[in-house]
Amino acid sequence: MIEFHLNSRSGLSPYQQLVQQVRHALRLGLLREGDRLPTVKDVARQMAVNPNTVLKAYRELEHDGLVAARPGVGTFVTRTLADDTLAAQGPLRKDLRRWLAKARLAGLDDESIEALFVSTFRSTAGEDVA
Amino acid sequence: MSAVLRARGLGKRYKKRWALQNCDLEVPAGRVVGLVGPNGAGKSTLLKLACGMLTPTAGTIEVCGGRPAAGVEQLAKVGFVAQDTPVYAALSVADHLDFGKRLSPGWDDAEARDRIRRLGLDPKQRAGKLSGGQRAQLALTLGIAKRPELLILDEPVAALDPLARREFMQDLMEAVAEHELSIVLSSHLVSDVERTCDYVIVVVDSQVQVAGDIDDLVAGHYRLTGPRRDMDALPAGQHVITASHTDRQTTLVVRTDTAVHDPSWTVDPLGLEDIVLAYMARPADAVRDTRPALEVVR
Repeated sequence: MIEFHLNSRSGLSPYQQLVQQVRHALRLGLLREGDRLPTVKDVARQMAVNPNTVLKAYRELEHDGLVAARPGVGTFVTRTLADDTLAAQGPLRKDLRRWLAKARLAGLDDESIEALFVSTFRSTAGEDVA
Repeated sequence: MSAVLRARGLGKRYKKRWALQNCDLEVPAGRVVGLVGPNGAGKSTLLKLACGMLTPTAGTIEVCGGRPAAGVEQLAKVGFVAQDTPVYAALSVADHLDFGKRLSPGWDDAEARDRIRRLGLDPKQRAGKLSGGQRAQLALTLGIAKRPELLILDEPVAALDPLARREFMQDLMEAVAEHELSIVLSSHLVSDVERTCDYVIVVVDSQVQVAGDIDDLVAGHYRLTGPRRDMDALPAGQHVITASHTDRQTTLVVRTDTAVHDPSWTVDPLGLEDIVLAYMARPADAVRDTRPALEVVR
C-alpha cells in the first residue's frame, strides 16, 4: 500500500499528482501486480482531497491498463512499469550524461541547462499534441 | 445531467447597492464547488439566496430542482453552515443533536452520535465552551447528519488554525465520499479550493467572472509572454483575460480551447491560483466581452 501526498508547488493538478505518484511507485517497484490501492474514501480523508479527484486519477490509471477496479473490493494493480523502462534507462542515461558534459563544455550553467531541457521538452510535447 | 444549482439573471439589491447581479449559473450535481472572490464581492449573498435566507431582487434561482426554502421537503434537501459556524452557546452538544433530530426528517442519529464520539466531544459540554475547531465540527456534524442533497458552507474554515482546518476538510471530504452529497463552499484560500473542490465559481464586484470545472479551466488558460504587440493580432479563439505591457514585452493571460501555436510567444500553463487572480485583477467592464467564451465550460 502506498501513501499519497500533494505538493502545492509541483505545477500539476491534484489528480495528475496522484496519477504520477502511482506510476512512479510502479516504476520503482513500490507497487507490484496484485497490490491494492487505498480506497477513494481513505485517500479523500487522509489527504483532505476531493473524492472525485481520486476517482478521476484511478479511472485514468485504469484507462492506461495499470489498475483494475473490482466493485466492492477495491482497485488493484494489474501491470508494473518497472521492467520495460528499466532496461531502456541505462543507454539513455549514458546519452544524457554525454549531452550534459557537452552542454557544460559549451559554457551552460545548471540553470541554463534546466531551462533548455524544459523548453525543448515542452515544445516537442506540444508538437506531439498538434 | 441534473443541476444542483441553477441561476438565471439572478440579482440581489440592498437599498441602492447591488450585492449580486446578472448571475447565470448551472452547477452539476455531485460536485464540490468552491466559491471564491474578495470580501464583499457577493459570495455570502449568493449562498444565502441558495438556501432561501434571502429572496432575489431579480431573476430566478433553483436549488436541487426547487425554489429555495419553498417548503418542508425543500428545506430538508439543503444544509447550511453559516459563517463562523454559529452554535447555541447555552445548549449542550447533545441538545444540538436533539434539535437536529426534531427539525430534520432525514436525520441520521447514529452517524451524528458516532461523529461526536470520534471527535472526542463530551455530549454534556455546553457549546459555548467549545474551541473554534470543535464548534466548527459540531456545526458540520449537524449539516452532515441532516443528510441533505446539497450542503452549503460559508467560509467554514476562515477562523480556524491550520490543524483544525485540515481536520475539518478531512471530515468534509470523507462525508462526500460516503454519501451522495453536493457541496458549495466559499473560501478565500485558493489552495484549499484546489485540493477539495472540482468546480469553481469566481465572484468579483457582484458579478460571476467565471465558473467551471477546475481541470477544464486549468487546461484552458495560459500565460503568453513575448515581444510587445497589439492584441488585435490574436487568433479568434483566444480571449484575453488580462494584459500588461512594458516597452518591449507583452504578457497576456488568455483563455483558449486550442493550443497556442504562434512561436513568438512563450507559453506557460497556469495554476488555479493564477487563474483566479487574473479574473480578480481584470477590470469589471470586461465581463460582458467574454460572456460567449464562458458558455464553452458549461
